Amino acid sequence: MASLITMDDLTNEEIIEVLDNAERLLPVARGETYLPLLEGKILGNLFFEPSTRTRMSFETAMKRLGGEVVNLGDVKTSSVVKGETLFDMIQMVDGYTDIIAMRHPRQGAAQYASDSARVPILNGGDGAGHHPTQTMLDLFTIRQAHGTLEGLNVALVGDLRFGRTVHSLSHALVRFGCTLTFVSPESLSMPDEIISDLKRHGADITETADLSSVIPSADVIYMTRIQKERFPDEDEYARVAGIFKLCAADLSPAKGGMIVMHPLPRVSEISPDVDNTKHARYFEQAFNGVVARMSLLCRLLNVEVPAIISSNGGEN
Amino acid sequence: MSTESHMRRVTAINNGTVIDHIPAGCAITVLKMLGIDGRRSTPITLAMNVPSKKMGGKDVVKIEDREITQSELDRLALIAPEASVSIIRAYSVAEKLVVNLGVEIIGVARCCFSNCATWGDREPLPHRLKVHSIEPLELRCHYCGRSQDMEAIIDNLL
Repeated sequence: MASLITMDDLTNEEIIEVLDNAERLLPVARGETYLPLLEGKILGNLFFEPSTRTRMSFETAMKRLGGEVVNLGDVKTSSVVKGETLFDMIQMVDGYTDIIAMRHPRQGAAQYASDSARVPILNGGDGAGHHPTQTMLDLFTIRQAHGTLEGLNVALVGDLRFGRTVHSLSHALVRFGCTLTFVSPESLSMPDEIISDLKRHGADITETADLSSVIPSADVIYMTRIQKERFPDEDEYARVAGIFKLCAADLSPAKGGMIVMHPLPRVSEISPDVDNTKHARYFEQAFNGVVARMSLLCRLLNVEVPAIISSNGGEN
Repeated sequence: MSTESHMRRVTAINNGTVIDHIPAGCAITVLKMLGIDGRRSTPITLAMNVPSKKMGGKDVVKIEDREITQSELDRLALIAPEASVSIIRAYSVAEKLVVNLGVEIIGVARCCFSNCATWGDREPLPHRLKVHSIEPLELRCHYCGRSQDMEAIIDNLL
């Protein structure tokens, strides 16, 4: 059965289908109706790295659809500390569950798990690699705001080197003809492999370190946290920590419909005064993780989402 | 002095394998990849930094009384993608082989990225390097997707 490891695992048509299904599942995600499409199915949540939104939204998505969830729990109390290989752990969880959502500090771990497993794997982040389920909720949020994914100006800001969310998102946006501006200090610029892949897809890319210059023309400003945990040493982190700070006053030259997104958690890169502007979308974005993951769970478990879902009594 | 006259510096072999067009300086690595460590009883001849019209400089290896197989040869694709091989029988070229790079190189070298999921000795799935592009040659790890530094590949041979 197919897994979702990178955005290359979905065609543009499949992305749109997942987003359309997610749209229909909104009343279920809000708890307005109960639709047990995944009753009898078990999700294995394997998070080898800290996670709040991704793990909880996977769990919420499964439960809203009538499914069950088993969690790895704290890695420190699992057999990982006894030296169990990833391969062996996947063999075991594969036997307990119907689908696995996984996050791991090592890049390529999701692909490795997929090659080891019989059940589908949903990559919830592999080191500084990819985070395609985040991308699906990002695309959902962008389409919700702009009505389309086509031809938008999107600025990706912050840690583009280690930031797996922007790696996956940039791959997807380029396929929909978006113009990308990468805003980062040189030491955190987008990896060469990704730039070369994006250009092979005909990407229109600009790189800059000046955030203020991109605000007037952007349709989306996607902020990211500088990830302290990915830096080899404290000094290198200290040189770039807090380099980008967006506050409400900075947004005065922005287009009316421009949205500010962030995969969260934020540190200091978005001031709280942005929260009350019409541009802020990061909390809705976090909620959208539930519907996007509901739709992906259904897709990978080969469960059809009904064409019409009423808001008070399941499918029509 | 022509390349041909350089070639005559080393003795023709009766039976065995001649590997030509190895990038200059890589002959010893080629022997390492073939599992030849110099303790064999039969002679092995190396010519290094031989002038070459095609490559500027090249290495040549002659291995007596051993015919290398196509699958052994394909391992060499990582460092000597343009190598050509002659199987010699009774002083004549009996067969000519060329390196076939294919689409993926499995179980030959580990990924050079230290945070790759395959790093460490205990994970059992094979190391897999995919050919991302041929000209210029670029290999990427099947698992983590990182582009491989060609010099590091030699250090990471299995």
